[in-house]
Amino acid sequence: MNYINAFRKPEVAAQFVRLIAEQGRELAAQGKRVHIMEVCGSHTMAIGRYGIRELLPESVELISGPGCPVCVTDPGYIDAAVELAGKGAILATFGDMIRVPGSDSDLTQCRTAGGDVRVCYSPTSAVELAQQHPDREVVFLAIGFETTIVPVVSIVDEALRAGVRNVSLLTAFKLVPPALHALLADKEIKIDAYLCPAHVSAIIGSQAYEPFAKDYHVPCVVAGFEPLDILYGVNGILGQVLKGEAKVENQYARVVRPGGNPKAQERIARYLEPVDAVWRGVGVIPASGLGLRKEFAAYDAEKKLGVTIRPGRQHAGCRCGDVIKGKLRPTACPLFSKVCTPDHPVGPCMVSAEGTCAAYFKYALREPLPGGAS
Amino acid sequence: MSAETFIQLAHGGGGRLTRELIENEVVPRFGDGPLRGLPDGATLPAQGGRLIFTTDSFVVQPLEFPGGNIGHLAVHGTVNDLSVCGGEPKWLSLAMIIEEGLPLSVLRRVLDSVRAAADDCGVAVVTGDTKVVARGQGDGLYLNTAGIGTAWAEFELGQERIREGDAVLVSGTLADHGMAVLSVRQNLDFVNGPSSDTGPVHRLVGAIRDLGAAVRFMRDPTRGGAAAVLNECVEGRASGILLVETALPLAPATQAVAEMLGIDPLHAASEGRLILFCAPEAATEILKRWRALPEGAGAARIGTVNRDAGRVVLETVTGGHRLVDVPRGELLPRIC
Repeated sequence: MNYINAFRKPEVAAQFVRLIAEQGRELAAQGKRVHIMEVCGSHTMAIGRYGIRELLPESVELISGPGCPVCVTDPGYIDAAVELAGKGAILATFGDMIRVPGSDSDLTQCRTAGGDVRVCYSPTSAVELAQQHPDREVVFLAIGFETTIVPVVSIVDEALRAGVRNVSLLTAFKLVPPALHALLADKEIKIDAYLCPAHVSAIIGSQAYEPFAKDYHVPCVVAGFEPLDILYGVNGILGQVLKGEAKVENQYARVVRPGGNPKAQERIARYLEPVDAVWRGVGVIPASGLGLRKEFAAYDAEKKLGVTIRPGRQHAGCRCGDVIKGKLRPTACPLFSKVCTPDHPVGPCMVSAEGTCAAYFKYALREPLPGGAS
Repeated sequence: MSAETFIQLAHGGGGRLTRELIENEVVPRFGDGPLRGLPDGATLPAQGGRLIFTTDSFVVQPLEFPGGNIGHLAVHGTVNDLSVCGGEPKWLSLAMIIEEGLPLSVLRRVLDSVRAAADDCGVAVVTGDTKVVARGQGDGLYLNTAGIGTAWAEFELGQERIREGDAVLVSGTLADHGMAVLSVRQNLDFVNGPSSDTGPVHRLVGAIRDLGAAVRFMRDPTRGGAAAVLNECVEGRASGILLVETALPLAPATQAVAEMLGIDPLHAASEGRLILFCAPEAATEILKRWRALPEGAGAARIGTVNRDAGRVVLETVTGGHRLVDVPRGELLPRIC
């Protein structure tokens, strides 16, 4: 435990805050404002949980990115899942999908209406469920980024080994780098630097960000999820900006290697291949998703059960799409904390434990402290 | 389709949904007497003084966990509800709902624990009830205890007495019970894992009787944790609370499990702790007396009441600030 507290030392945090403040003054003197996108939802939560936003100078803005797998899942995916439940399949899912709105209903409503929806804490429970119910199809809701993909495809691995045929994946896996490309290509979004995800980078490696530094001149710093990691990451980014540099820095070397995790990459390549994917609010990004290879069609719920994921409809006023792209702060959404709350979420960004709106709702001081801090 | 609403698990979580359920369904029907304000126990007039009356049900799974079992909880939960109302616990009832098939050895261990805990608290189990339900219709064993205590005249407690400048104290490490139970439930097989803090707070209250005038309000942070208690104390009021993260007492094993499971220790239950609001000048003396008792060894001042209307805010280890919200729902987060 001392190991964790070592990354939360108040005196070290104070030193970083002073360094960042100095960098902020230099930026202001140069007339620069820096927009840093924290790509990953876990970073968004940590920034909220440790109140980091308020510690940064005015010239530095943290923008939350698309790195919450639940948030970028299109309502049409939920519709397909509901359709499968209607056909008698058992839906197995991680808990955070349960309240994500589809076009007409979410999975809790589906369950109330008689759908068989089971929350799992481990993907391998899907195979166990299939063994317990040999006469029914078990469909695992296979969403997630690079980190989640590997354990989820282990379902296929496990099913092949155990000779289980009544389990399949409804895939909507997403890849981080193509989304980062799409955001930089969108001229309406101002991103000066990426604070790159911790766990995703452990799989794909810090080298994956080289194109953004080279082609777009955007500094990329891989940082861990502890408060000191994040402050150190911001400090590193600002250092690059002040020097006019753009390179990939790996500040999470205790976990992330330049080439990532070859075993995980090999596992992904064995079972999956790139597909175009729909991102909620963003639309289709070419080759930004992964689907099961043809030889594993027997485990692909869409192919096996004749269901197609079609684009769905979202709540008319919901601005999750703009929040995901970093165009809109959650607090600027007219629905935020009025119609849309964690108890009654309208959009997925309020549902997920890693959603930007949930982070703001849970942690952000929407009004300043009376009479300043302490 | 009818617009029927269904009870969800989160309605029992001690967070916002629990409050909504009680405020919408119970308070309108029963809330115009001593139940008003939803205290931990009712204070009732009696000859020559006041009595405090409370009840609590126990449905913990597993029945036995590191640091205690459902029997300890059933005594401590009710004793603590009486204690935080400023009362001296005297008598308990004990009702058991037993599922067919429960090993007698388990029941014996639980009842031995009830006896030992009651002796430790100086209370007597004076009445009770036993029901057995068919296999599959219960979950091993449910207990209910009701308790009667006599009110100490020194205390006049109420959330409305909390004011700007008051100190917020806690009698020991937070979240130990919640993390101990969850770590067993999640099969996290720890060596030196978290251990429940289940225990009585009546000695802690008794030790500060003569300072009663300076004490504004007390509550034990059970379901929903410290966050639920603190928010409840300031909700709809002109004051708020500023907590200091570096001052929060946390046992290392508890902190480790909370980290692993992504749970805010402020949201997790204690079963042997007291949160107390007092006039600032009394804080040092109360902490001194608490720390002299084994159950108060980890006591600390964790925050201050300010004029941040209705809000609980944490000054984090980075020096930044964030909201401390009431817990909502119960999900295990993804790792990414």
